[in-house]
Amino acid sequence: MTSLRFHIRFPENKIKEPIIYQIGHEFKVVTNVRRADVRETTGWMDLELTGETEEIERAIDGIRTKGCVVDPIELNVVE
Amino acid sequence: MAKMKALVCRECGKEYPPKAIHVCEMCFGPLEVKYNYEEIKGTISRKKIEQGPHSMWRYIDLLPVESTAIIGPHAGLTPLVRAKNLAAYLGLDELYIKNDTVNHPTLSFKDRVVSVALTRARELGFETVACASTGNLANSVAAHAAAAGMKCYVFIPADLEAAKVLGNLIYKPNVVEVEGNYDDVNRLCSEIAGEHGWAFVNINIRPYYAEGSKTLAFETVEQLGWRTPDQVVIPMASGSLLTKIWKGLNEMHALGLVDQVRTKINGAQAEGCSPIATAFKAGRDFFKPVKPKTIAKSLAIGNPADGYYALKATGESKGAMDAVTDEEVVEGIKLLAQTEGIFAETAGGVTIGVLCKLVKQGLIKKSDVTVAYITGNGLKTQEAVVDAVGRPFRIQPSLVNFQKTFKMGKNSGGDS
Repeated sequence: MTSLRFHIRFPENKIKEPIIYQIGHEFKVVTNVRRADVRETTGWMDLELTGETEEIERAIDGIRTKGCVVDPIELNVVE
Repeated sequence: MAKMKALVCRECGKEYPPKAIHVCEMCFGPLEVKYNYEEIKGTISRKKIEQGPHSMWRYIDLLPVESTAIIGPHAGLTPLVRAKNLAAYLGLDELYIKNDTVNHPTLSFKDRVVSVALTRARELGFETVACASTGNLANSVAAHAAAAGMKCYVFIPADLEAAKVLGNLIYKPNVVEVEGNYDDVNRLCSEIAGEHGWAFVNINIRPYYAEGSKTLAFETVEQLGWRTPDQVVIPMASGSLLTKIWKGLNEMHALGLVDQVRTKINGAQAEGCSPIATAFKAGRDFFKPVKPKTIAKSLAIGNPADGYYALKATGESKGAMDAVTDEEVVEGIKLLAQTEGIFAETAGGVTIGVLCKLVKQGLIKKSDVTVAYITGNGLKTQEAVVDAVGRPFRIQPSLVNFQKTFKMGKNSGGDS
């Protein structure tokens, strides 16, 4: 089992959707929100996903397919 | 008691032992070094600093290392150039260029942060260092690792220009080209850092790495005769450099090395990647990530990790932020070169461009003691100006032809 941490950004038209709930049902990963800021026009959350590495990768692709942006928790690593 | 108290979460304040960690286990906020200032106050003084080594390591009391076995002992203490010609052009009384184009050994300010990062990494028992970079950071990590005899991995996007790849290969690190875009490289490196026991300088060593930037503030104050400037202009990529210069100035005040901090902290970005400056101008406390499109590639971070903290620092200091076009970047590079003889990389063009704007807007006044931070050497980004500097005069190998070209008579125009 692996735990990886991500920073997820929600576009305005996705803010009301229960995306994290859906991801927890569609993939074999445990979702754990540690910090978030959701406003009327913008939203982000810091999320931990625990599971097999390949399943986490699939879950990340799933979040992206739903229209969100996924970055590592560090945001920018390449300098 | 050690000078380093702990690593502390910048969000929730939870403290951790000073090891190779960078994210708060509770809230996932970023960690930074917390010092025992009472202890440091008892040992540090202007005199002690002045008698220290001719490098940034004269400020070792305020850097997060425990030993004196320094990797990169010659980094820093770069010239603070009194820029009289550029000052006259801008109508300023007292302008300085903090010239990190000549930093040792790889000609950018990254030598400061990497020197601290590798010194700390070795203290913590690491034998392998790594980074993900498109330029200056990779050069510096590879060079310092070679000198220290440490194993090194440098991750780069597969489409990086050949000249930049060469600049890394020469030091013989393991250069790994990752197929995919910036975001792919970004995420892969974060995952590798989590899986392997390496010192990733800008990931798990980041709390220490970032502290090296404070030395730009310390040196500026000492080189100004223990004065803080009224205004500074700082290029922003992740925003870390700006926040650390602000932290450094405030540390000097807290330790009694300067009487007051009167400095306005101004941030500079290129319009093609200006998430922080755009947020500042819109009066927002958060930034919206962007896809970078600018010639200032060393500043092209669309989702800056310290963007929020940079906005905070500029706000606290009552400074400003602005952005310039790529054309203004090139003009800035040329202006600095042609007035002060300093050839800066594109980030320097951004700084000078924004300096010009802030003066024009009246935000930097004639009497303000102003410092512009020039963080990298122009020889690294020659492609940015290749079409903007004209061509040489071409003549036949005859004295007559030379004199005709420059409209000189037989005995005119000589300097001797």
